[in-house]
Amino acid sequence: MKYLMSVGLFFSLTLFSTFGWSDAAPTPKTIQISAKKFEYTPNEIHLKVGEPVVLEFKSEDKKHGFKVPELGLVAVIKPGEVTRVPFTPTKTGRFEFHCSLFCGSGHESMTGAIIVE
Amino acid sequence: MAKKRDLNRRDFLKITGIGAGAVFASGLHLPFAFGESGKQDDFYFLQLSDTHWGFKGPAVNPQADVTLKKAIQTVNSLSVKPDFIVFTGDLTHTTDDPKERHARMTQFKEIVKGLNVKQVYFLPGEHDASLDEGAIYKEHFGKTHYTFVHKGVHFIALDNVSDPEGAVGDEQIKWLKSELSKIKKSAPIVVLTHRPLFDLMPDWDWATKDGKQVVDLLMPYPNVTVFYGHIHQENHFKTGHIAHISAKSLVFPLPAPGSVPKKAPIPWDATQPFKGLGFRSIEEETGKVGEVTEYPVVKA
Repeated sequence: MKYLMSVGLFFSLTLFSTFGWSDAAPTPKTIQISAKKFEYTPNEIHLKVGEPVVLEFKSEDKKHGFKVPELGLVAVIKPGEVTRVPFTPTKTGRFEFHCSLFCGSGHESMTGAIIVE
Repeated sequence: MAKKRDLNRRDFLKITGIGAGAVFASGLHLPFAFGESGKQDDFYFLQLSDTHWGFKGPAVNPQADVTLKKAIQTVNSLSVKPDFIVFTGDLTHTTDDPKERHARMTQFKEIVKGLNVKQVYFLPGEHDASLDEGAIYKEHFGKTHYTFVHKGVHFIALDNVSDPEGAVGDEQIKWLKSELSKIKKSAPIVVLTHRPLFDLMPDWDWATKDGKQVVDLLMPYPNVTVFYGHIHQENHFKTGHIAHISAKSLVFPLPAPGSVPKKAPIPWDATQPFKGLGFRSIEEETGKVGEVTEYPVVKA
């Protein structure tokens, strides 16, 4: 019986993966964001509720941070690496973000906003 | 032996002669009534903060090169000398150039040598320590976290800036736990730090990443007060029974938490120079609660 259940599970998984019969999540949209002293480009990111995205960060100079306190998102952006932050907005609004690693005299102005519509 | 002081807030201000310019913290009572022995000497100390030596911004403070010096003159004019002074961080304004950071710290130390007081304690702010994890700061000022006891009051200086993410860190939290275990629960404790230990305004980076862990460790102690800097204004907040009190800056004020869309220094008001800047005294009297008094940069 246990054997039969395992075989059944195997075929089910195979069918789902072969024919895409599952409610597969849509492929997330990628948004590239550049970080450098003391700005993000772009510094306004427009998203839609329920649409998954991957925020893809690159640093052009030194280590920076990314933090959206209200959404609980936080990441470290290291030079030479791509930092990916997957995220699906669940509510509309404007959510401020800032560099969470002190990076110099303009650190306080290294800010931006995610606007969810 | 130091002459025993017997002064209340009003007497103190009368003696100093700067009462007219002072702003009182209303209804603030600190739990300094008794030391471990149940008895302790009167004393008061001063908190100076966020001097940002090296800052240049004429629209914000065209007298940034003399503000600290003027504050020192005011401190030295106090008839009753404080037992000690503590600077709660951002002694210097940050710079990417290590040589310049050395120079600013050297200049700062020279200037504060002018303080007519026996003991001065220092703490780093993120402008002093975050770019090199406190390396140059330590060369000039020594340890970034430490404890001392003064007349029965336990002082704990915490570093929440050497980590550029604004955390105290596991190692220091372990150290804090060990230090607290040596202190009687009933003892008066003053915590000195730069960033707020609670989430005052996380959107503006006015928080400590692991501040809650610190506050949780302090909670079993009924007589704890935290004095901090960073936000360039007076702010009073309580986490349970623990009072958290921030200091004004000695370079430029910042807006109240969340009062404007973007955090930015409040521009200089030529009609009221040094408005929003100042320092404070924290007073302790035997058998009475301590009080906090705010002072302007320049005598009124």
